[in-house]
Amino acid sequence: MNDPTSIYQQIILDHYREKHHAGLREPYNTEVHHVNPSCGDEVTLRVALYGDRVSDVSYDALGCSISQASESIMTDLIIGRSLAETAMLYREFKKMMESAGRLTPNEDLLQDAIAFNGVAQFPGRVKCAMLGWAALRDALLRAGVSEAVSMEG
Amino acid sequence: MRATTAVSGGSATHNETALLALRADFPIFSRKIYDHPLVYLDSANTSQKPRQVVDAMMQFTYTHNANIARAMHTLGVEATAAYEEARAKIARFIGAEHAAEVVFTKNASESLNLAAYTLGATLKPGDEVVISVMEHHSNIVPWQLACQRSGAKLRWFDITTDGRLDIDKARSVNLINERTKVVSLAWVSNTLGTLNPIAALAAWAHQYGAVMVADGAQGVPQLPTDVNVLGVDMLAFTGHKMLGPTGIGVLWGRSSLLETLPPFLGGGEMIEVVRMESSSYAPPPHRFEAGTPPIVQAYGLGVAVDYLNSVGMENIARHEHAITAYALEQLRTVAGVNVIPPTTSDSRGTAVSFTLAGVHPHDLMQLLDGRGIAVRGGHHCARPLHERLGIQASTRLSSYLYTTTDEIDELVAGVVFARDFFAGKVR
Repeated sequence: MNDPTSIYQQIILDHYREKHHAGLREPYNTEVHHVNPSCGDEVTLRVALYGDRVSDVSYDALGCSISQASESIMTDLIIGRSLAETAMLYREFKKMMESAGRLTPNEDLLQDAIAFNGVAQFPGRVKCAMLGWAALRDALLRAGVSEAVSMEG
Repeated sequence: MRATTAVSGGSATHNETALLALRADFPIFSRKIYDHPLVYLDSANTSQKPRQVVDAMMQFTYTHNANIARAMHTLGVEATAAYEEARAKIARFIGAEHAAEVVFTKNASESLNLAAYTLGATLKPGDEVVISVMEHHSNIVPWQLACQRSGAKLRWFDITTDGRLDIDKARSVNLINERTKVVSLAWVSNTLGTLNPIAALAAWAHQYGAVMVADGAQGVPQLPTDVNVLGVDMLAFTGHKMLGPTGIGVLWGRSSLLETLPPFLGGGEMIEVVRMESSSYAPPPHRFEAGTPPIVQAYGLGVAVDYLNSVGMENIARHEHAITAYALEQLRTVAGVNVIPPTTSDSRGTAVSFTLAGVHPHDLMQLLDGRGIAVRGGHHCARPLHERLGIQASTRLSSYLYTTTDEIDELVAGVVFARDFFAGKVR
C-alpha cells in the first residue's frame, strides 16, 4: 500500500486552502445537514434547482482536508449541470471511492475529483470524501428529484 | 531495535532493561508500518497483548474447551473451574470481597448498560440520575435510555477550564440531592485523562442514598484498584484495555445491591426454574450472565491480570505517570499544539488530547500513521465533551506499561512534520 501521505495531492491541499463556492447562499430548494459520526465532520448543504439543472450548491462545512476539498471540488463539477449529468457524476465518483484504488478513474468526467483516487485506498477516509456527495444526493432526494433515486446502485 | 531512555533519572519508571524485557513479551512491537517501527500510542482505545495471554488462550482452547456449568463431563468441569477461577482472580485484583460480585459481560459498554437497565427498573418520574459532560458515550446513552423509559431526569456535572469536574458549581446547584438515585462517573476520562475524586463523590452520593457507579474502563488498567477505597457500589471495566482479549468486560457490584436487581438479558444459565408462565432467577452473578459466556476470553483476562500483577500495578501507575508527564512537557514545546486541559500530570491518567493549529485530527492521524505512529483522531466517543470545549475533534495519545519516552519523541517529531507539511503546502 502507498504511504498514507500520498493521499494529500497538491490539488486537494489547494482546495482545502481555498474552498470554492463555500458559504450558504439564497435562493435554495432544500437544505440538509450531514455528519460523519466517526470523526464529527459536518456539512450543511443547500441545493438550488432551475428547470432540470442544478443552479447552485452552497455549503458550510467543518472537517478534515479530505472532506473539505471534496466538497469544494464537487461544487466545481456540479454547479450548472443537468440532473442527469449530476446523477452520472455521483455514480462515477462513488464507483471510484469504492474501488479501493483498483480502477483507473475517468479523468474527462471527474476532472480534479480524480485526486481522490488515492483516498479510496484508505477505507477509513472514504467517508470523508463522500460526506459532501452524500449530502448532495440527500438534498436532491428531498427536492423530489427523480434522478437522485437512481444515483445509488 | 528502538532504544529506550528512562524518565526523570530512571527512578520514576521501569528501568531500561526491565522495559525492554517487557516489550519483548509483545510480539506486535516487531511490526513495521510503512517501513517504520510501530509506535503504538492508542492504548486507551485498546491495549496490545502479551504472548503469555495469547498463548494461554490458545492452550486452553486446545486442551480444555467445553461449555461451562451445563457440561458435566471432564472437559466441562475443567472449563467451568477455569472460568470461575478467572472470576475469583479478577475479584482479588480489584479488592472485591466475593467472587460472586464480579459479573462477566462483553465489554464496559455492556457493563454500563446492565447497570443502567437494572438500576433503571426502579426509577420513576421525579427521580434524578447524575453523570458528567466528560463521559464516554457508553456512560451517557444507557442513562439517557433509562431516563426516557422511566421519566427520570438526567443531570450532569460540568467541567472547569482546567479540565476537572466542576464540583463547586455542582455543590452550588445541589446537583446531587434527595431526588438523586444514581450517580455514574468516569474514574479516569478517556479524552481529558482527568482522574476524578471518586471516593469523595461516592460519599456525596451516599449521603442521599444514591447508588454510585464508576466507569473504570480507563482507570482499572492503569491504577491499583480497590473497590472499597473507591467507595463505589458498581464498577464497570473491560478486558481488552488491560492486556486481555476483546469480548470480555466486567461489572463489579456490591453483593447487597446485585441481589436486589432484576435480570438484564434472559436465557440459559441465568435461571433457577423456568415455567411457561414465568421463571425464577439464579442468584448473582449468574443472574446477569445469560447464555454461553465468553469463556476463553474470561480465562484470558485472568491471565492478563496475572501479568499485570507480576509487573505490579504500582509500578505501572508510576511508569505511566512519568510517561504522561514527559509527553505533556514535550508537546508543550511544539508551536501550534494546544493540549486540552488538564495540562499538568497530577491526578491524571494517560490520555492526552490536543489540537494542532491548521491540521485537522484526521489529517494528523493519517500523516502520523505514515510514520508508523498510531494515535486516535476524532471525538473519542465523547462528542458532548468536545462540544463543551468548543472544538470539533482532537488527537489523542495514550500510553501504557510498554510505552517508551523514545516513542513520545517520535510522536512529537511526527506532529512537527505534520504541522510543517500542511503549513508549507497549505498556507
